[in-house]
Amino acid sequence: MTSFLSQLVAGISIGALLLLIALGLTFTFGQMNVINMAHGEFIAAGAYTVYVLQGLFAVSLTGFAFLLSLPVAFLVAGTLGLLLEVTLIKRLYGRSLDTLLVTWGVSLLLQQLFRDLFGAPNVQVKAPTWLQGGLELGEVNIAYSRMFIVALVIIAVVSIWAFATKTVQGTRMRAVVQNRQLAECSGISSPRVDRTTFFIGSGLAGIAGVGITLLGSIGPTLGTNYIIDAFLVVVVGGLGQLRGAVIAAFTLGIMNSYLELGTDASLAKVIVFVAIIAFLQFRPQGLAVQKTRALA
Amino acid sequence: MSSATATPPAPTPPDTPTKRGPLLVGRDFAKGQMGFAVAALCLLFLAPAMLSEFRLDLLAKFVCFAIIAIGVDIAWGYGGMLVLGQGVFFGLGGYAMAMHLKLVEAKEMNLAVPDFMSWSGVEKLPALWGPFQHSWFAIGATILVPMIVAFLLGSLVFRRRVRGAYFAILTQALAAAFVILLIGQQGLTGGTNGLTNITTFFGLDLNDPDSTYTLYMAAVVALGVAYLLARQLIRSRYGKLLIAVRDGEDRVRFLGYDPATVKTIAFTFSAGLAGLAGALFVPIVGIISPAMLGIVPSIEMVIWVALGGRATLVGAVVGALVVNYAKTGLSEQFPSGWIYFQGLLFIIVIAFVPSGLAGGLRNTKNTLRQIGRDRKERSQAAAGFGETRFE
Repeated sequence: MTSFLSQLVAGISIGALLLLIALGLTFTFGQMNVINMAHGEFIAAGAYTVYVLQGLFAVSLTGFAFLLSLPVAFLVAGTLGLLLEVTLIKRLYGRSLDTLLVTWGVSLLLQQLFRDLFGAPNVQVKAPTWLQGGLELGEVNIAYSRMFIVALVIIAVVSIWAFATKTVQGTRMRAVVQNRQLAECSGISSPRVDRTTFFIGSGLAGIAGVGITLLGSIGPTLGTNYIIDAFLVVVVGGLGQLRGAVIAAFTLGIMNSYLELGTDASLAKVIVFVAIIAFLQFRPQGLAVQKTRALA
Repeated sequence: MSSATATPPAPTPPDTPTKRGPLLVGRDFAKGQMGFAVAALCLLFLAPAMLSEFRLDLLAKFVCFAIIAIGVDIAWGYGGMLVLGQGVFFGLGGYAMAMHLKLVEAKEMNLAVPDFMSWSGVEKLPALWGPFQHSWFAIGATILVPMIVAFLLGSLVFRRRVRGAYFAILTQALAAAFVILLIGQQGLTGGTNGLTNITTFFGLDLNDPDSTYTLYMAAVVALGVAYLLARQLIRSRYGKLLIAVRDGEDRVRFLGYDPATVKTIAFTFSAGLAGLAGALFVPIVGIISPAMLGIVPSIEMVIWVALGGRATLVGAVVGALVVNYAKTGLSEQFPSGWIYFQGLLFIIVIAFVPSGLAGGLRNTKNTLRQIGRDRKERSQAAAGFGETRFE
């Protein structure tokens, strides 16, 4: 029972991080048909932001540096994403598979850059003192850091939802996702909307990176551990759909953590993969499907 | 102007059936064999004569990679299926062969189980390993197991019209899961180290310099066979269908074909080639480990084809050889520089020269030819102009 609950907590917090990472991917994929393989390195950029900021401030200000790194990581990762969009991805519009390969090249470059800047070994980020320890619930100990991650993701998702549904910018974004040509005909500048989406999506990866520092040490290839699961969330959740991504992320996160408990970690990944293939037999377009008359 | 004199093509009478080529054997098989013959002679005779044993061993390894590249090219270059998990099929072939070789070795040394198993405390031969004692089973498995896996995945996925980036991600996830499984099952697969210290190959002592030559020859012959098979496939009617599916899957479906079947065949074929390459790779290199077939190696296999030129078989082969030579040469001297170089190269080739080396060469040739033709026409026009003037 104890392990049942603690696995649930672990699964939920991993699922929450996956969701944050997958949101950026699903929006850029849904809107621009771009698979950004460098997204994982934006996560690492966010994580290293915490590391750098903690180095700049005195030890007593660790907690402050951690909080400050949330907006800074958003800006750093977002700017990286924006640069990528403006320099490369924009030119590859309509060549989805080529974009995937090009961004993989970018991810290779960034990984090596991190290795040269911060060294190949993993570095440790100090969690703020108020996030150490945990809440005792009967026999289960829920770490404050995991609760913080979940809270962070809830705030981020609610803000994204509010942005997408309540603001003019967000409405434009949804319009472009649904029908690019028609949106352009209505006077929406789709390149500008693309840039905004890319900035926000990459920024979210940066925030996820900050959250990941609470779970362990960080290294140059940090992103690769999460990126494939995040892509699977996109595949299962459906394109550009907030609702689908939420369900898929938590399902995958919790499934992973229970399967690791039940079998062993190496079999868990295989079972998840087989489950996804089986799932696609019933819902080849994912959980949430946008109604369209285009050819499937 | 001259088109006025040309007669329009006569419509074919409706009662004569259109002449169709055979389904799998192209009509113009003999065409363009010169280049192939020259390359084959170079690889068969020139390279062994000129290269040291160490370099020949290296080349043999790259020839195996070239076989994989042909498979990737069939799936991605001709079929439009971006496979980011080709390492899985390479690994299945490699492990099947390595398992057999380890068992033979254990038998010779009178051990119940291969050496690495006793290190991790396995005393009885696992059921999975049993059939690999028989050499014919193992040889068959190196090619058939990858093909069966690809066939299952392909038919399940393509039938539900999962394609494009979705398919690419699924194959990448497969590669990730496969590597994690191999590493996790220490007692069954040797874990992170893989299957190491392979010393014999069907009676061939792998430490003997002569066996380097034999294995190299075997790899070159396999590459030649793979090339000819792939060429046949592409030039047949099936090949045309495959290219058509790549360029307009829905249109092919509307014409009454089933794109899922077409794609599954190409995917399965490419997996078989990767398995064959794995089986040859193991005796040449003497080791197979998860590090050689994970996500990064799998995507490198795509780089070879992209750089050499997708949708040209020669390009795929040349790409595999060139990239790997560059990698061994440069990464020894500048380990960090090589990764920057590789990343940049990849970005530049895919984004700006999507047809790769072969396509770039073809474009240059066409441009030069066009310039020559223009000049000729201009001089002829000038001469003609002169003639009319003085008549």
